[in-house]
Amino acid sequence: MSALTALQRQLVWDRLLAVVEEQAQTLMRTAFSTVVREAGDLSAGVFDTQGRMVAQAVTGTPGHVNAMAASVGHFLERFPVESLHAGDVLMTNDPWLATGHLNDFTVVSPVYFQDQPIALFASTSHIADVGGRGFGPDANDVFEEGIRVPVMYLFKDGKRNDTLMEILEANVRDPVVAEGDLYSLTACNHHGSRQLVDMMVEFELNSLDEVGEELLQLSQEAVEKEIKALPNGTYHQSMRVDGYDEPVDIKCALTVDNGSIDIDFAGSSPVSRHGINVPLTYAQAYGSFGVRCLIGNDVPNNAGSLKPISVRAPEGSILNAQPPAAVSARHALGQMLPDVVIGALAQVLDNVVPAEGASCIWNPVLMNTNLRDGNEPDSSFVINPIFNGGTGARATKDGLSTTAFPSGVRTTPTEINEVTSPLIFWKREFKPDSGGAGRLRGGLGQTIEIEHAHGAEFSISKMFERVIHPAQGRDGGHDGARGRVGIKEGTEFRGKGKESIPAGTTLIMETPGGAGIGSPLDRDPALVDADLREGVISSSVAESIYRRKSD
Amino acid sequence: MAVPRVARDLIQVAETTTTFTLRNRLAIDIGGTFTDVVLESGDAQFARKVLTSHVQPADAVLRGIQELFSEQDIAPDSISLVLHGTTLATNAIIERRGAKTALLTTEGHRDVLAMAFENRFEQYDVNIERPEPLIPRNLRIPIHERMSAEGNALRLLDEESVNQAIDTLRRENVESVAIGFLHSFTNSAHEEAVATDVASALPNVAVSLSSQVCPEIREYERFSTTCANAYVLPLMSAYLNDLANRLEALGIRCPFLVMTSNGGLTTLATAVKFPIRLVESGPAGGAVLAAWKARELGVTEALSFDMGGTTAKICMIEGGAPLRSRSFEVDRRYRFKKGSGLPVRIPVIEMVEIGAGGGSIARVDQLKRIRVGPESAGSEPGPACYGLGGELPTVTDADTVMGRLEAARFAEGQMALDLDAGKQAIASNLLSDSDANPRDAARAIAEVVDENMASAARGHASEWGKTVAGRVLIAYGGAAPLHATRLLSKLNCDYALIPVGAGVGSALGFLRSPIAYEVVLSKYMRLSTYDRDDIERVIELMHAEAETVMSEAVSELDVQVSATAYMRYVGQGYEISVPLDLDNLSLDHLRLAFETAYESLYGRLLPKSDIEVMSWTLTLATETENPTRLDSTNDTAQYDDVCREQPLVELDKESVARCIDRENLKPGHYVLGPALISERHTTTLIPTGFEMLVNSAHDLIVRRCVS
Repeated sequence: MSALTALQRQLVWDRLLAVVEEQAQTLMRTAFSTVVREAGDLSAGVFDTQGRMVAQAVTGTPGHVNAMAASVGHFLERFPVESLHAGDVLMTNDPWLATGHLNDFTVVSPVYFQDQPIALFASTSHIADVGGRGFGPDANDVFEEGIRVPVMYLFKDGKRNDTLMEILEANVRDPVVAEGDLYSLTACNHHGSRQLVDMMVEFELNSLDEVGEELLQLSQEAVEKEIKALPNGTYHQSMRVDGYDEPVDIKCALTVDNGSIDIDFAGSSPVSRHGINVPLTYAQAYGSFGVRCLIGNDVPNNAGSLKPISVRAPEGSILNAQPPAAVSARHALGQMLPDVVIGALAQVLDNVVPAEGASCIWNPVLMNTNLRDGNEPDSSFVINPIFNGGTGARATKDGLSTTAFPSGVRTTPTEINEVTSPLIFWKREFKPDSGGAGRLRGGLGQTIEIEHAHGAEFSISKMFERVIHPAQGRDGGHDGARGRVGIKEGTEFRGKGKESIPAGTTLIMETPGGAGIGSPLDRDPALVDADLREGVISSSVAESIYRRKSD
Repeated sequence: MAVPRVARDLIQVAETTTTFTLRNRLAIDIGGTFTDVVLESGDAQFARKVLTSHVQPADAVLRGIQELFSEQDIAPDSISLVLHGTTLATNAIIERRGAKTALLTTEGHRDVLAMAFENRFEQYDVNIERPEPLIPRNLRIPIHERMSAEGNALRLLDEESVNQAIDTLRRENVESVAIGFLHSFTNSAHEEAVATDVASALPNVAVSLSSQVCPEIREYERFSTTCANAYVLPLMSAYLNDLANRLEALGIRCPFLVMTSNGGLTTLATAVKFPIRLVESGPAGGAVLAAWKARELGVTEALSFDMGGTTAKICMIEGGAPLRSRSFEVDRRYRFKKGSGLPVRIPVIEMVEIGAGGGSIARVDQLKRIRVGPESAGSEPGPACYGLGGELPTVTDADTVMGRLEAARFAEGQMALDLDAGKQAIASNLLSDSDANPRDAARAIAEVVDENMASAARGHASEWGKTVAGRVLIAYGGAAPLHATRLLSKLNCDYALIPVGAGVGSALGFLRSPIAYEVVLSKYMRLSTYDRDDIERVIELMHAEAETVMSEAVSELDVQVSATAYMRYVGQGYEISVPLDLDNLSLDHLRLAFETAYESLYGRLLPKSDIEVMSWTLTLATETENPTRLDSTNDTAQYDDVCREQPLVELDKESVARCIDRENLKPGHYVLGPALISERHTTTLIPTGFEMLVNSAHDLIVRRCVS
């Protein structure tokens, strides 16, 4: 093929992005796990034969997205591309090789054109149950957390690996869903492959190598150019968060050096005895997202645009936990990392950087407490709804109330939760005064009150953050409100672990608020009045913090 | 999937044998800029385009009608039917010009509208704003009541909280009220009781109930739809009643039907009650016309392609009818991105809309890629070549520079295009190298916008488990006939049809629409505990409701009934629509219908999973009028009068195009590319290697030359 013109290259690039979007659409439509379908907790992308990500669908959560980018290399180390054939499909859920916990299954499918391997499609989605103790932070090692599948064939020469499927089905609580999700991952890769082959024919290409190389190069240069605009130097930021039973410190040294950014989490707390540990791949995913959501954020995500950003943590750090550490709830800390990185960048970027927010999604697992008694009708249930707190105030505007950041997931409707469980959600609305005060106010958290419809006991598995340590305000802005979880009638719970809600009582959760920026005294009085009118701040806060006299 | 093929004989033409009974019908389409009036008299159509009068929209309608009447010498009392579609409701929402509206809602849940999906529709932009709710928090008023998922009252309706709410409504001079309670789609008693109280206390305040506007599970979408309905209701009812009165005063005393978003017509009374159902009536009209044109060709699967000034809308025609769904977003504010608008759940023709139109602005991003849209120069200042002050290069500038438009004869010579201004805009904004040629950049703009549209079409098809290859492209709207042939190649389609009167396509579509009404009801049921009697009662209930509405529009109920169940495997998050056989609602049939639909979408079943139904819909529609299929003959002749010639930049070469006026073409004429066919509101491009034939309906059919 002759050298590509800029226009041809661009059209190929646009098409590749369209192909991976279709791949992700297919996954979302056909997936079984609620979080994949309703919340978009998935990722999909196309890789070159060296395992470099060339294009990726803009979906779901950065934790998957950037971790999957690294995972295909691990697949190719175990199964070099020369050893693969058309009809082969590989998979793993190894937290250290894929996306950080056992619930995430990554499936990789090679694509062949004119009998040559030209690319690999990879996709990841969260499968609700993988056996073990169930999704939650209580395990003490990864073996307690469920079944772990090394990189291996899901299909070989088009034939399903029945041995693997049988082992899997015997080890998870809902084998139908697990099987359905694995098929859905395979199907979306297959869809992407077909579209890619069509593209090769239409654009008269035999190989993706040249064009892939060019667009990775362009992406890398574009990100490097933006980083070069920043002053070289090392910038420090730290954050203390709740952890499981003792506080966790996250320390970050961010070094800008001639077009590259190195993020070193050395000095952070050591590995925990509980499942809040983070494999490095997941720390890298969220660490780099912290940079990418501010720098070069209109450059498509690929191996090129990610290359100028490196993320490190020493082995044994809670952000580089080694096997067999427990990692099930690694998102609780992982989702804090963008705020830390952003905080470091705030020292060099003017007027674009938001304050800290709730950051960690609140996704309780709610279920019946007791196993079914053989004589009673089945009253078992399990739901895993997602709730969010407020985001930090942005550089020029208030934070967003009850909005996921850095995660990109959606919440589940109350009516759906109530149809699929015996729980009543008595309350689910903004919590006034929870947004950190400031010239720019943090977003609000929400209050949720849940009771069992039949007055029965039920259980909650918690993976919450910012119950003790709130989002920190900036430049005189106030902290966001702390989160809270407990029994309305009196007991307070810590943010993590399993608890039971006694019969006849009500579970209450308050998601954290985002932090404010600037002194509340500098807030536009018209905005204070509007907040007061809408009841998102109380008159006492208006008077005592914003010094606004109510009429 | 079976690929539809246009039989070769279809593009050969004959004198039409179609006969219509003589009747005069009026179709009126009010858009943001223009109001179109079409008079259909027998099988002839006459159109008027007038500027929309924003303060009193009926003014422009009346003016258009009177001009047509005097031109065609038509008496008002000879009109037998008036059909009307409008974007006024949409514009009222986009411009936030609706009524002062309040929401009475279940205590503990007043922020459903603002919390929305709790997500960000753009992952990499920390500065996004979610759409502002139509109702501010202080007018989202809690009512002490609560229904369970099963429809039992967990908390009885507290009259005191209702009275307090009514006091607030009065004090705040609220003009319209939405009532939205949790689980009201299962038990609407509380909503109805509150509605009665509000109506008796405040008789002049309009009331919209979520259990009537949108009785579907998922509170955010249901409340959003209900609030949007309440928000536009006073304005729409005043406008529609005003128009009806003025038509009557003019001497037009015939049924007056209103076009809804799903391509069906409804009564004035229903339109006034559920104005939110009108939001997409204009685009729906276009899709109905496209479906009609496909059926004229004897084709059941086609692609409707409407490219205007700001956006392109693409809709799949399946089984001779546009694809339908129940979800839509009004006012997508962020680059037309999914999730950046207000969701409304109404019966709607399913289409994908992207920011690709004649006015779409081209720029170079930091990766040196040419990007086109979604920003648009609109009609003011418009493309640079309009000479109205626009300085940024647009798709129309690219088309002009490539010689695809006759600069001197644009808009019938009323607005000559400034070719140099177009070149200048492209050169100064897109070319860094002074040696580079604006024509190459123009070609790149066209390629990129065409690629965007092709990707949107493919993605949309795949979202619905369909493919686009092999479909006939029905292209209308100002810019579509210029870009249709490139889309043929990119989508692997064979033919494009450019309908006659493409500039007033929506109004023409109204004339081809059935009278229809769809009822939805969320009745949750698992197939493992399926109760056929219960479902038959549900169907009967919906049938009765639809019949009540339909009987106001048609005297004899000569209608088709169709019904759909929205089903999924237990645990899944999205339902698929499953057509029902109403004569057989047995468990086995229902399961088979689901499995058939599921397999055609996703290719694989999950035999071990239970299946659940979330909602049911039932539609009554008058028999869809079927076009006479066009006859064929070999009586064709090359059209060889050359009006004018001009240089044309093509994909990989430059050539000289013949310029032909469409009004001179007769059925049976064919033209070989390169050529340009000009008409009042658009130009059709026939590149080298393509040919065009005029069929007996005077439509242009463009396809690759048979070598």
